[in-house]
Order: sequence, then C-alpha cells, then structure tokens
Amino acid sequence: MDQIAFISLSVLALASALGVVLSKNAVNGAMCLLLCLAGIAGLFVQLHAYFLAFILVWVYAGAVVALFLFIVMLLDMQGGRPWRFRAAQAFAGFMAAALLLVGLDLLAVRGRLGAGPNVGQAAVGSSLKLYAYQLFTTYLLPVQVMGFLLLIAMLGVIVISRRIGGAEDSR
Amino acid sequence: MIDFFFGLPVPVQALLKGIAVIGVIFPIAAACSMAERKVCAWIQSRSGPNRALPPIFAWIPGAGILQRLGVWQLMADGGKFVFKEEPLPDHVNKLYYTLAPVVAMVPAFTTVTVVPFGAYLGPGGRVIPLALANVDIGILAVFAVASLGVYSLILAGWASNSKYPFLGGVRASAQLISYELSMVLAVLPVFLWVNEPGTAGTLSLARVVEFQSRPGFWGGAWFLLTMPVSALVFAVALFAETNRQPFDMPESEADLVGGFHTEYGAFKWSLFFVAEYANMIVGSAVFALLFLGGWNLFPGISLARLLGGLHHLTGWALWLHPLVAGLASIAILLGKVLATIFVFMWIRWTVPRFRYDQVMRLGWQKLLPLSIANLIAYTIGIALLQR
Repeated sequence: MDQIAFISLSVLALASALGVVLSKNAVNGAMCLLLCLAGIAGLFVQLHAYFLAFILVWVYAGAVVALFLFIVMLLDMQGGRPWRFRAAQAFAGFMAAALLLVGLDLLAVRGRLGAGPNVGQAAVGSSLKLYAYQLFTTYLLPVQVMGFLLLIAMLGVIVISRRIGGAEDSR
Repeated sequence: MIDFFFGLPVPVQALLKGIAVIGVIFPIAAACSMAERKVCAWIQSRSGPNRALPPIFAWIPGAGILQRLGVWQLMADGGKFVFKEEPLPDHVNKLYYTLAPVVAMVPAFTTVTVVPFGAYLGPGGRVIPLALANVDIGILAVFAVASLGVYSLILAGWASNSKYPFLGGVRASAQLISYELSMVLAVLPVFLWVNEPGTAGTLSLARVVEFQSRPGFWGGAWFLLTMPVSALVFAVALFAETNRQPFDMPESEADLVGGFHTEYGAFKWSLFFVAEYANMIVGSAVFALLFLGGWNLFPGISLARLLGGLHHLTGWALWLHPLVAGLASIAILLGKVLATIFVFMWIRWTVPRFRYDQVMRLGWQKLLPLSIANLIAYTIGIALLQR
C-alpha cells in the first residue's frame, strides 16, 4: 500500500515536473508545477512530515504559484518566438545538468539515505514545535543567511521600483 | 445502530461522516444565498423574493408565510440551475473552463474536515471536540487548503479568454495574496497565548476554544475581548479572502460586467456561488472558534459549567447527557456562524465597493503594519504575562 502510494506520488511529481519544463503555454506550466507540489506534499505526508506538507501547500501551492500566474497574466506571456539556444547557453545548461547529476549521485549513493525514517523517533517536520526547535538550534545559521538574502532581494526591489517610477509619478 | 456504525471499516466511517457534514453545509450554503436576497431586500426596504410556491404544497396551512419568506425560491433557483442549458462558449479554454468551478468547490468543502463544530462531555467531564479530523495543525490546514481556492478565480478568469474575466482573475490573484498575510499575522497572537510554556505546542482550533472556556478571569474571556485588534484585522481580511463586498474586486459588476464568472452560466455559475457561501461559512466558523469563544454561550462561563449549573438548578440528569452537550454546542456554534454571516450581508448592503487602489492601499499600508504592530505588542505582553 505504502509502496503503491509512493510510486504513484513520485510518478505524479516527476511527470508534472517534466510538464513544467516542456509545456509551451506558461499557464499550463504553472498548473503542472501545482501538481508537482501536490505530489511532493504527498511524499512528505508519507514521511510523517505533516507540518512540512501543509507549509509546502500553503506557501508554494497557495501563494507562490498564484504569484507566478499573476505575473504570467500581467505580462501576457502568450505566443512570441520560442527560445533559441546559443552555443554558450547550451554548454552552460549541459554543465549545470552534469553538476546536478553529480550532486544527486553524492546524495543517493554515498549519503546514508537508504535506511528510511526512524520509526521510533518523530519526524522533524511532523509538528510545529519540533520543526521550530530545529530551526532555532541546528539550522540557525542557514535561517539567518536566508533571511539576509531575502532582505537584500527586498531592498533591490525597492531600489529598482523607485528608479523607474520616480520620474513619472513623483507626487 | 451505534454498534453497527463502529463496526464498519474506518474509511467507510470517515466517508459517512464527511458526507453527513457536507450534507449539512451544502444546504446551509444554498440557504445563505437565499437569505442574502431577503436580507438585502429588508435593508433596502423591498420585499425580496416572495412569489415562488409549488402547487403541491399550497394546501399546507402556513405555506403562505413560507412563501412570503421566500423559502421555496431556493428550490426554484436550484431547479433552474440544474435544468438550464450549459453554455460552453467557443473561445474558451475548455479544460480550465470546466475545471475552475470544481477547483472552487473542492477547497471550500475540504477545509470543513479540520474545523471542529462542537464538543461533548466525555467521562470525567472532559470536553471532547467533534470534528471530522481534530488534527494538531488545525489552523494551518485551514489556511493551506483555503489558499488553493484562488486558483478557481485565476483559472476562470484566464480560461474565459476575454477581457473582463481576465481582469477579474488578475485582481483576484493580487488581492487574495495581499490579505492572506495580514490574516495570518492577526491569528498568530491567539496561538502565542494558547501555547503556554510547558504545554505541547499545537495549532488545533479545538485547543483555542478549550483555552477560552477555562475558569478564571483571563481564561474565560473570549479573544474578541482580549485581542480586539486581531479580531478586527482577521474579520477585514476574511471579507477580502471570501471576495465579499466591499472587497469583491474579482467580480465587481459595475466595472467588470461579472468579473471572473462573466462567461459562466447555469450550473457552473451556481457552483461558484455555493463555493463562495461555503467559504463564508467555514471562515465564520473559524472566526467564531478563534475569537467568539467557539461553543461557549457567554464569555466567562464555559458550556460544561453552564450545563452543570442547569443540572444543579433543575436536578435533571438530562443536562449532563453527552448528546445534549453535543447538540447544544453545535447549535451555539451554528448560531454564532449565522450571526457572523448576517454581519457579512449587513456590511455588503451598507458599505459601497472600494476602488482597486483603495483595496491594495488598505491591505498593504494599513492592515499589514497594524497586524505586525499588534503581533509585536502581544508577543511582549504574553511574554510578560506568562513569565
């Protein structure tokens, strides 16, 4: 039963991830991303990480993809010429894919992922308290770095939007 | 009967319970759409729907009163929506056009599963909440699933492939995300207060009601009284999240014809309508649980104490029966939900619709800073109070 659920969820996630990349219509791509996120949330539930699953649905499926769609609709990115690869871009893409493969290999083969989740111990993502405790102890530095990066991105947005809008509608 | 029910396999039990709850919510949602027309008529000094009466019921004494109350209009509307021709315009994206009403309905009715709608007194006076799934991440699940409802508006607007629905869809995606932030920040102080140091952290809605029914001055007070700013921000954001006037930007019929559902008709359109009211019911239920004390009739007096007092006063053992407590709690919560929905309607027919820039300014420049300031103030206050 678990096996069937795992396989169907993985297939859903992978197939819709392919759909995101391959679909020409941006709205179809966003919908595929939504399905992919649903599949990954299902996988989290299988790992008993209910909290993470709902956070994923809430933040990514509920807000981020909706923002993607908002941008797609605002810029009306339908039609237009298809993207053509130049040699340098193709090379960069190939290198990125190779790096990703090496990383996956390191994670799957050399890492100790074979054992599966410990049965006796509650998963880190299962409840708010466990998750928050880990965030503020083990993973405090990554959280701070991410927060700093987001702050920089926010400042960048403010700077860019002021420079464009400032000349026209300075009230 | 009870033995037979508990003898069934667990998934079948869950399915039956789910069907029972949806079987209650769906007619209430439909009846709310009827009540809306009647309430708006009273507010505007009209009579509202008062003609529909099936001939087969005409002989019943008192049917005339129901006729003037517009009760049968609900059946007439439902029948009309079912039997009308389903328009499928040529220029639409067929898949997403048909998918959108379904996407509207599913989150609206899925959120019901984690909302506790009553409680009964178990052995030893323990309060046991009645819910389809009383999960630990209650409010998070409500927010997560409810946030998926935005796709119905976006998809409907985009798939219709014409200008007004498209604008409605764009507005919907911006508005719903903007107000979700303030909504969540408004709820956080409640859970900060509920999760006292030393308790297992929980986001369960039933726990919030339990907290509001504790004895003592601070314990028995509803969060509406102790956190008025949170309640106000949550209520305003709830209006925006359920697309209710004065926030119904996605379908403002004055400038967008019908907004996202301009191209819809017949049963698909009515699905949007019922989903809107189902969202309102669940939203009002969450508001009642968080801020209005849930199934407690008065602030300061929990339902268990009220029933115990009645038992003491009259001497009837009936008051302590689990069934009485369960029914009373459901009735009280339902009463609060209906009262909240009445306020929804009252405001709809009193406050004119905002302009789009006003909606955005209110969301980002007023509600968001207010909710952040509120959160910081209550964080300090709760830290001092529970030290």
